[in-house]
Amino acid sequence: MSGLTPPAAPAAPAAPSLAKPEMKRTREGFGHGLVDLGQSRPEVVVLVGDLSGSTNVSFFAEKFPDRFIQVGVAEQNMMCVAAGLAAVGKIPFLATYGAFASCRSADQIRVTVAYTDLPVKIGGAHGGISVGPDGATHQAMEEISIIRSIPNMKMIVPCDYWETRKATVAAADDPHPNYIRFGREPVPVVTGADTPFAIGKANQLRDGTDVAIIACGVMVYEALVAAQELESRGIGARVINMHTLKPLDVAAIQRAARECGAIVTAEEHQIHGGLGGAVAEAVVQSAPVPMELVAVQDRFGRSGKQEELMAAFGIKAPDVVRAVERVLARKRAR
Amino acid sequence: MPRLDMTVPELSERALYVRRDIVALLARSQSGHSGGPLSSADFGTVLFFREMNVNPARLDDPARDLWHFSIGHVTPVIYSLMGERGYFPLTDLLQFRQFSGHLQGHPSKHDTRGIEVSSGSLGQGLSVACGMALGARMDGLPRRVYCVMGDGEQQEGQIWEAAMFAAHYKLDNLCAVIDYNRKQIDGDVQDVMGIAPLADKWRSFNWHVIDVDGHDIGAIVSAFEEARATKGKPSVLLARTVMGKGVSFMEDDYKWHGVPPSRDQAEQALREMGTSLEEWTARLESHTEPKVAPGPRRVS
Repeated sequence: MSGLTPPAAPAAPAAPSLAKPEMKRTREGFGHGLVDLGQSRPEVVVLVGDLSGSTNVSFFAEKFPDRFIQVGVAEQNMMCVAAGLAAVGKIPFLATYGAFASCRSADQIRVTVAYTDLPVKIGGAHGGISVGPDGATHQAMEEISIIRSIPNMKMIVPCDYWETRKATVAAADDPHPNYIRFGREPVPVVTGADTPFAIGKANQLRDGTDVAIIACGVMVYEALVAAQELESRGIGARVINMHTLKPLDVAAIQRAARECGAIVTAEEHQIHGGLGGAVAEAVVQSAPVPMELVAVQDRFGRSGKQEELMAAFGIKAPDVVRAVERVLARKRAR
Repeated sequence: MPRLDMTVPELSERALYVRRDIVALLARSQSGHSGGPLSSADFGTVLFFREMNVNPARLDDPARDLWHFSIGHVTPVIYSLMGERGYFPLTDLLQFRQFSGHLQGHPSKHDTRGIEVSSGSLGQGLSVACGMALGARMDGLPRRVYCVMGDGEQQEGQIWEAAMFAAHYKLDNLCAVIDYNRKQIDGDVQDVMGIAPLADKWRSFNWHVIDVDGHDIGAIVSAFEEARATKGKPSVLLARTVMGKGVSFMEDDYKWHGVPPSRDQAEQALREMGTSLEEWTARLESHTEPKVAPGPRRVS
């Protein structure tokens, strides 16, 4: 387990996993999830666009070579081949970098996959600025916005290794198309093998009633770190892991709005159309409260190390803390 | 009755019905494409009434052959073939593109029973067919997959990604048909964006290419047989057709790609095809059960 049970008293020491977390790659969670499925679901097949190693579908390929399909550098073809396989009863998982999965194949997703509502499972690797040295072209930061706008699609952004593995397995049970976004570099492990996971059901990792921080992906860890810092200042922050961006857990958001009166969202994605936008859509239609959005500010990425890029693009824990300060000032002014 | 094994004269007559259907349904909808559906009518009829093992009464039959029109805009011919073959009553054709009907402007799986995969954005269908063919082979099923493409559609890059894929995986259970009518919406294909030499392109992608007169029913029957007998590589029929085939004032004129005939034009077209708008519409209206549509009562 993650050791993230909320401290019994405000003065309780921080969970040790936050200070020195175990670091693990989410893409390995995808790869291991596929191996889990290879054993349990004979109809699962895996396609890749010449990126077996870097998407970790090589794990599946080694164990189930007869159900592994190399497509070469042809993402649009791969998306539709997967659709054809789904049309004859397979559960196809495909993997490529998120930039190509979401943007290059957007029309294939929209018309062939989503309009037909086929159970194609899209593994979008290298999501977010945390991809690092490869730079802007390979740092996918638009997937949530694109995928979320297409009917029938589900969008999942797991926060760590375990959640990616569970999301991968859960996707196979869903008879509709899904997109799972994961990253390149090792990121803190904040859930455990036993943490419940259900598509569309947010996980509250920490309670608090002064402000709610709703995060997805690697930003869940940053939110937890921020909540710990806020606690030392006497601010109780609820942290919600919104791993499914669509369908959105609107009930959890409405509850957070009602009980906390202020919301900060945190995502490793463009500010337009991502988690912040999705939460805002839910909030304004039911329980409007002040919101601040921590996200990439409508910019392309650049080369660098994961940590320095996240800091430079304003999506580290201190940025979340500052956003909480701003939102609390607005809450008080109401 | 999976395969119908119609004879060449029977197929020719059925293709004529399909053309009449196309004109009559377009006359009613006053929206939709004329040229491609008419050029596809002959090979489409051979597919549905002889070549393919399909059974509209058992749409989930795991042994059925699979068909996919990558050119989703030729719905008038697709829906006519489906109606004539018994997927739904022919009277439904009169609701083509109407809000109240189930026949969308482009094929939609969740609106029309029997459509395997929705289409409408050019260039994607051959990839879909590749996935179907590979899946069938993985399951050890003898089913075949047929994919209809346009010649203008050959300009889409994804076609060639799929062409590479099918040959790489030696998908000999896949048969593509190109409606090679040499016209697209903006003009002659060779003027808009040349695709020649098309047969050489497909051969160089390691496909078995069958060049065939797309209006010679007997030749089309043989071409599909040749494709079925070809092992180790996918086959493509280059069906040499004429846009608007069967209607004198539409033939070989690109302006008929995407527009329907007026009522008067439809009347003229149907007269050329030995019937009248009133008679043929009445036939469609009277066919209210999903079964292979009977021929019309003979007039004169």
